[in-house]
Amino acid sequence: MAINTSRRGFIKMAGAATLAAGGASVLAGCGNGNSSSDSSTIKIGVLGPYSGDVAQYGLAVRNGIDLYFEQNPQIAGKNVELDEEDEKGDATEAVNAYNKMVEGGAVAVLGDVTSTPSIAVAQQSVNDNIPLISASATAADFVSYGKNAFRACITDPYQGKLMADFAASEGYKTVGTIYNSGGDYEKGVNDAFVEEAQSKGINVTTQQGYAAGDVDFKSQLTTIIGTNPDVIFSPNYYQDDGKIVTQARQLGYKGVFMGADGWSNIVGGSEEYASAADLEGCFYDCSFVAENPDEKVQQFIKDYQAKYNEAPSNFCALGYDAAMVMAKAIETVENDGKAKYGTDDYKQAIIDAIASGSVDGVTGTIKYDGTGDPVKPTLVITFKDGKQSVYKTVEADA
Amino acid sequence: MTLITQILNGLQLGSVYALVALGYTMVYGIILLLNFAHGDIIMVGAYVSWIIMAQLGLSPVLAVFMSILACTLLGVLIDKVAYAPLRNAPRLSILITAIGVSYFLENGAQLVFGADAKVVPAYTDINTIEVGGLSLSFTAILTIIVTAISTIVLTILVQKTKLGKAMRAVSEDMGAARLMGINVNNTISFTFAVGSALAGIGAVLYSMAYSQATPTMGMMLGTKAFVAAVLGGIGSIPGAVIGGLLVGFAEVFVSAIGLSTWKDAVVFLLLIIVLIVKPTGILGRTMNEKV
Repeated sequence: MAINTSRRGFIKMAGAATLAAGGASVLAGCGNGNSSSDSSTIKIGVLGPYSGDVAQYGLAVRNGIDLYFEQNPQIAGKNVELDEEDEKGDATEAVNAYNKMVEGGAVAVLGDVTSTPSIAVAQQSVNDNIPLISASATAADFVSYGKNAFRACITDPYQGKLMADFAASEGYKTVGTIYNSGGDYEKGVNDAFVEEAQSKGINVTTQQGYAAGDVDFKSQLTTIIGTNPDVIFSPNYYQDDGKIVTQARQLGYKGVFMGADGWSNIVGGSEEYASAADLEGCFYDCSFVAENPDEKVQQFIKDYQAKYNEAPSNFCALGYDAAMVMAKAIETVENDGKAKYGTDDYKQAIIDAIASGSVDGVTGTIKYDGTGDPVKPTLVITFKDGKQSVYKTVEADA
Repeated sequence: MTLITQILNGLQLGSVYALVALGYTMVYGIILLLNFAHGDIIMVGAYVSWIIMAQLGLSPVLAVFMSILACTLLGVLIDKVAYAPLRNAPRLSILITAIGVSYFLENGAQLVFGADAKVVPAYTDINTIEVGGLSLSFTAILTIIVTAISTIVLTILVQKTKLGKAMRAVSEDMGAARLMGINVNNTISFTFAVGSALAGIGAVLYSMAYSQATPTMGMMLGTKAFVAAVLGGIGSIPGAVIGGLLVGFAEVFVSAIGLSTWKDAVVFLLLIIVLIVKPTGILGRTMNEKV
């Protein structure tokens, strides 16, 4: 019998591999072929997964980028030409696509979207010293290889620390955590949270891990609830968070949940992953929420709705902001007029302009303070009567 | 209190596995087929509940009936279309077909419903029951009761009724059963219907507990239930229940002592140990290989 199980697993894997290979050969022909680079256009590469497992994130970021350049088709009087390449969520594909863009004459790259391919591209881009902005790569290493890489989003450790500080400021004394121990994101946020919480005098009663794909969290939750914490910290993605909150309520837990920006789609999207009553009074942090009354945010939502006929997510807003930061930096360089388009000096000038600039994006005012990590405000979101609202805005401590 | 809740968690998880394992065991007992599509039938049942409650806004009672009905019909349909033509083919052909059906259902669901999880609305408003200061999960208690009833009904069906007798006869010797005037094809279809109805009940209880339907949700559930069926002795009804509870308790126990990431490893280790000590499973009967 055991042999049969493993045989099935093997056949499934082989099938998946065949499918993936088939998909790859079909999609290989879809890149942008033309590469006319005269100095009346500015060519920007856009890199992300537009098919495959993580396509939903890539497509959301790309939508934001496309919207920005549709609204601002020119930089300093020159037309913007986008070279959009699909890397299917794969690091090797990402590096190949990146090389293709740079050979095609792109002077700047917006990408990548998920952490692993982003790191591969960041390592490669150091050699070319090409300005690189990722909307959403949260892994700490992404900006560590050179001065040319920036991100529009906040990092995992930053979020963990921020939520721990928030918990302390709300007067919570004890906390238990549950996280996907196999996920870089979940573990990154959890570890930073625990470290900061302990340094703030919060008692972390227990840390429970689970494996990707688990659906039953009741055993871990029972252990956590048994330690009677003020708060349960669940820094996971929304589908898991929804189950965790629901199951904890079924077990009779009446306290508060806190999470990180993985919670962003838990309600308000196509599905409600936990009920309004179960989520009442819970908190998470993020940089974009549709309920933010800010005028810029509401205008962005209106424009996005008009173009795509759906509500924008956190990723769309970050894509829009990444495009804006890049465009403003290129504009500065173009207006300055010292560096010739496409030269190494030109690329260095863009990098300097990003590093010293300040951009008023839909996810807040974005500045860089000597590193590739943004200095920007973070929103703490709460749930009341089934609706999300901004509980407080935490300014970056820079 | 924590201990009681953990026992309840183990019972609930074990009951779901047991219910699914019963479906495996029924089909295997009769035609020695490992119906790998069994877990995916549960997935279809969960989506049926989602369509009826979330899309059409109809009552949970209807959703329960339609899920069970859809699973039953799907199980019979799969047998008629995919397995019946291969009744006399080598065992391996039909096994590969089962894997094909499993793939077909998973990818079909992804095509129709998308890869994102769908939320199955709550069937009932009752969340917890307070018993002497303890708050017990209503779903957990319901799951345990339904599984117990299903097991009893199934045992009576197989041991005491004429259809059950026919099923047992077919399982002993298909050719001889046919000579005795038993309609073998109908009996097999009936077995599939019963096994798939159990999958339908499993789908409802699963959706009640975990409230999300995804195209691949049947995969791990099916594998675990298969392990449970083999552990208990595949082909044996009480064996499936014992195996299911054992797997459920093992998972909860491992999580409870803080090793939650190890729980799958422990389950499969358990399987290996049992198979080394008793290759036919805990309640498995020694099978004579027909040559």
